[in-house]
Amino acid sequence: MGIQASRVKEILDSEKFKDLVKKRLTVSLSLTALMLIVYFGFMLTIAFYKELLAIKIGEHITIGLPIGIGVIVFAWLLTGYYTRWANNKYDKAVRELRNEILEK
Amino acid sequence: MGTIETTLGQVNIASIIIFFAFVAITLGITYWAAKKTKTTSEFYAADRNISGFQNGLALSGDYMSAASFLGIAGMVSLKGYDGLIYSIGFLVGWPLVMFLIAEPLRNLGKFTFADVVAFRLKQKPVRIASSVGSLMTIVFYLIAQMVGAGALINILFGLPYEIAVIIVGLVMISYVLFGGMLATTWVQIIKAVLLLSGATFLVIMTLASFGMNPISLFEQAAAKYGDAVLSPGGFVTNPWDAISLGLALILGTAGLPHILMRFFTVPDAKQARKSVFIATGLIGYFYILTFIIGFGAMVLVGQDVISSIDKGGNMAALLLAESVGGRFFLGFIAAVAFATILAVVAGLTLSGASTLSHDLYVNVIKKGKTDEAGEVKVARISTLLIGALAIILGLTFKGQNVAFMVGLAFAIAASSNFPSLLLSILWKKFTTKGAVASIITGASLSVILIILSPTVWVDIMGNKSAIFPLKNPALISMSAAFLAAYIVSKLTKEPSAEEKFEDEKLRTYLGVGAE
Repeated sequence: MGIQASRVKEILDSEKFKDLVKKRLTVSLSLTALMLIVYFGFMLTIAFYKELLAIKIGEHITIGLPIGIGVIVFAWLLTGYYTRWANNKYDKAVRELRNEILEK
Repeated sequence: MGTIETTLGQVNIASIIIFFAFVAITLGITYWAAKKTKTTSEFYAADRNISGFQNGLALSGDYMSAASFLGIAGMVSLKGYDGLIYSIGFLVGWPLVMFLIAEPLRNLGKFTFADVVAFRLKQKPVRIASSVGSLMTIVFYLIAQMVGAGALINILFGLPYEIAVIIVGLVMISYVLFGGMLATTWVQIIKAVLLLSGATFLVIMTLASFGMNPISLFEQAAAKYGDAVLSPGGFVTNPWDAISLGLALILGTAGLPHILMRFFTVPDAKQARKSVFIATGLIGYFYILTFIIGFGAMVLVGQDVISSIDKGGNMAALLLAESVGGRFFLGFIAAVAFATILAVVAGLTLSGASTLSHDLYVNVIKKGKTDEAGEVKVARISTLLIGALAIILGLTFKGQNVAFMVGLAFAIAASSNFPSLLLSILWKKFTTKGAVASIITGASLSVILIILSPTVWVDIMGNKSAIFPLKNPALISMSAAFLAAYIVSKLTKEPSAEEKFEDEKLRTYLGVGAE
């Protein structure tokens, strides 16, 4: 396993690694923000404009029903989006960097 | 419509047979798992051999409690749409677990989340503080589960409360003591499959009465009980309450020790990620089912019948099962509810035991110097201690109103465990003293404020008005924990921790050197 200290420093300082970390944080934090906005948007709508969710789209059915279920489905789709991004893009970059470490 | 006659509370042969079959099968699995549980990595983390898909099932089995099945279905049956608002809060924490916590946790930790918090800080103070946060979360959650278990079994089978608590305690101890994480995982997987298939079947049987059309179910509910059941009611009135409860539920999920611990059972970060995707899908699907079950009970059983049997509506799902599937199906769903409790308390007990043995005994008392066999032995003794504690607490709190304890457990998890974990992953200048200050502030404020809140001060202690206005303290206690972390870290410098932060990046982001 013994990766030399100088080698570690070199990787940490490399543009490729810095890029990877930055990309990763950008994606994680923006998806987090998106989830929080949707959730608290929903909660605050209930707190302040309850009537909005009581708008009827059928004889009795309110728009609140698809929106509520929609928040659940949206949360799941976000995890799906992240998984796809990480499996395709992030892991690929991680593999390349790891290989570089092992080669040298 | 609405057979008022219910056999609930009478001896139900189907239920007893199914429940004993579940216990027999799971104890058989425990016997098999015990042979593969010798090292610490096997005991705490099933040797990191659980696949992402299996872990996703187990996570959902660890998370979906009987309270969320029976309680939320009951709430929907009596209040309609408001029950959905509540369950959404329990779900949206999962994406955050994935984006912020799961992968770095898997890469940096060994057996407990405190491994990650203490990774580059001073072991002793951080381990002690985070154990306090962990154990408080686990104990309050356990009390709620054990008291719920005793009461539920009492209603379902007519078994005395005390005997029910002791049976649950003993079976749960056997799983964890002998089979460690491997047995616990399989108990949770089997429970998740039973609960999800039982709930699916219940929904299909219910919708059969409505031409397989959920819309016509909702229409009939509104026709019977008014349009109000299909829109938000009195659940969220004060926006600050809504925000505070929301924060506790979603960030608390990311700080529950028994959930976090499950990420050490998979081989790598990729599988950790996959397991959250699976778990989120299953839990979301389950909450949608519970919503339909609640409305089914509202229409087919009727609100008056539901609340005449239990004021909080907790028996709604069971009454519906009896009404659409007869006595046998009632027995099946009742047995599933029982199995659900077992799976959750087993996860909690294992997590509590690992905090006692891995964080406190090995890393504080023995300063990291123990042999494998010794640590496994200590872990098993800790399991007995936590298990005994769970039984004693279950007996002590008989008949008490413990519903608020789930909210409290989430508040502590969000205010004490989550901030320190997140900052240790993200913030270079986070220091030992900052971590300790943050954890202690979050945990103590959660407890103090909930006592002064309407939840305890008014509803339980019977005072006229509350000293602290919010029903759940997370908004204040979590903000205070982050603030304490920031101020104290700014005042104290820890160059060694900053240096290690750079080195650990290789492990956090690439998984190089991960256990």
